[in-house]
Amino acid sequence: MLSRLNVLLLGLLAPALACAGDAIAATEKQPLNLHAIGMFVLFVAMTLGITKWAAGRTKSAADFYTAGGGITGFQNGLAIAGDYMSAATLLGLTALVYTKGVDGYIYMIAFFAGWPIILFLMAERLRNLGKFTFADITSYRLNQSKVRTMAAVSSLTVVCFYLVAQMVGAGQLIKLLFGLDYTIALFVVGALMMVYVTFGGMVATTWVQIIKACMLLAGGTLVMVLSMSQFGFSFETLMDKAISVHNLGEKILFPGSLLPDPVTALSLGLGLMFGTAGLPHILMRFFTVTNAKEARKSVLYASGFVAYFFNVILLMGFCAIIIVGQNPEFFEGGKIGGKIIGGGNMIAMHLAKAVGGNLLLGFLSAVAFATILAVVSGLALAGAAAISHDIYARVIRQGKATETEELRVSKLSSVALGIVAVILGIAFEKMNVAFMVALAFGIAASANFPVLILSMYWKGLTTRGAVMGGYAGLVAAVLLVLFSKSVWVTVLGNAQALFPYDQPALFSMPLAFLVTFIVSKLDNSPEAVAERERFGDQYVRAQTGFGAAEASAH
Amino acid sequence: MSSTSHSAIYARIRSNPRFKELVAKRQGFATLLSIIVLTIFYGFFMVVAFNPKLIGQRLSEGSYVTVGIAAELFMFIFFWVLTAVYVKRANGEFDEMTAEIVNDAAKGVK
Repeated sequence: MLSRLNVLLLGLLAPALACAGDAIAATEKQPLNLHAIGMFVLFVAMTLGITKWAAGRTKSAADFYTAGGGITGFQNGLAIAGDYMSAATLLGLTALVYTKGVDGYIYMIAFFAGWPIILFLMAERLRNLGKFTFADITSYRLNQSKVRTMAAVSSLTVVCFYLVAQMVGAGQLIKLLFGLDYTIALFVVGALMMVYVTFGGMVATTWVQIIKACMLLAGGTLVMVLSMSQFGFSFETLMDKAISVHNLGEKILFPGSLLPDPVTALSLGLGLMFGTAGLPHILMRFFTVTNAKEARKSVLYASGFVAYFFNVILLMGFCAIIIVGQNPEFFEGGKIGGKIIGGGNMIAMHLAKAVGGNLLLGFLSAVAFATILAVVSGLALAGAAAISHDIYARVIRQGKATETEELRVSKLSSVALGIVAVILGIAFEKMNVAFMVALAFGIAASANFPVLILSMYWKGLTTRGAVMGGYAGLVAAVLLVLFSKSVWVTVLGNAQALFPYDQPALFSMPLAFLVTFIVSKLDNSPEAVAERERFGDQYVRAQTGFGAAEASAH
Repeated sequence: MSSTSHSAIYARIRSNPRFKELVAKRQGFATLLSIIVLTIFYGFFMVVAFNPKLIGQRLSEGSYVTVGIAAELFMFIFFWVLTAVYVKRANGEFDEMTAEIVNDAAKGVK
């Protein structure tokens, strides 16, 4: 059960929520939706125009990776919200509230609570120490080659799994919403992503994310207000009706099967909270602002938008219980309580149609597509940065590559990642890719986060410790997910899971910390001594921002 | 500016007692706020895990606002207010102190 919820919540857009069964069932192709296509074409035209403008401003490596560091806190806050809230947030969470009630709300708070922690413990140090990738921070006083290789490997692993999950979800969703063929849909997403990232770099990606965030906030709010108006804007009236018609009745007010035991609850909380703090495409956004002041403001705005939107989703889900759930038009064969047309993920779309007709449905469909584009672009850029800035420029060329060479490699990498994403998307079409997002968050929390936070806070960290701990977290997270029910049983067809939980974080994250700590403590090599010594300067820079990468002038 | 003069400035900053004061104040504040968030958040998750009945209990007779919904709405608002409080103090008081410390250190190294 939990794995199925993960599918929905973490970005997979499984179409089969309402009907029990496989997480990703083949979606039915819908008739062409002209309103949706019209609005989507408008969005694409606008973003391509911005990409053209951004291309003119993307000359240096700093422009490409971090938009020259000149993004304001407010813009970055919107872009982070746009990067963080995927189509699954809109579709999956609405569907979750619709089917399970407050369980959805509990999941949402776990997605939100990581943000204040990122602000208090990380935001200003990230900005003061980082330049283009988070490996800039972990390798600041350690061995460049070894630590950057480890960070790039785990970043690329996270990016690839997340990307495949998004691509498969995107193909299914577009087939449903626009009536486009799955393969064509993937090519459209892959091609647009390559154009944004290759030509417009971080400037274009940021603006795609900002526009998308505005569309998402506006679309969701409109649907919520129109829906609530049917209940006189009264929460009591809404809940009274919702409980009387829902097949769970009063139970929608109680936690259900989402958190069956304390271990799962804790592991989920840890994984979502610290996974967020280890996602390379989210961390990269902190390097796009002018200084630590703006980095802090980014989190303030981003978390405000995210918190607001989660509450909008809660109301949308409850409203849908009555407006969609009691309307035969949205059920196959017109049978209320039967199978929802298009599958469980269509709840938010049906709600839009019920309260705002085809026009609002078209708008919300375009929002969902824009959302996918914004998220995959951010992922591709983070992946390209790991390849070109960490692996190529620092490891292979040992820092001797010119900016032009590095830039060329990063553009080639974005194209390559786009091609890989499309190929993998096609290859995994029929597979249950639920485990991939769990794995992405698990690895982010287990391999990226422990090394990153220790490199900023702990003087004793050495290269050996960081590398061993990072790989330990990476391998542990991969193995635990492999042996969990969602892969071992659902994908590989074994009878019994070797690891009884679906969330690896509670085990793999402490392991990474422990290995890093012990190996660093035992490391008395001359390098380790020098590395500990260099912490002093790093510490002052982290605290004061003196010597930090500055915004490039335009 | 060469890296040697950077290092010299870092050393001067480190030896400034105001720097220690800044770090202690800001770190203490950030840690306190983190502990508040983590305690409330994991406390809530423990209630969900061990006493799910409490989550669905209504705050008053005839109202559908339950303990769970009220607690979560409170967390959304309260955590966000805490971020605002931190940003206000860090961007104001702490950043002013930082600027002073850096300027003092830079003056001495030419």
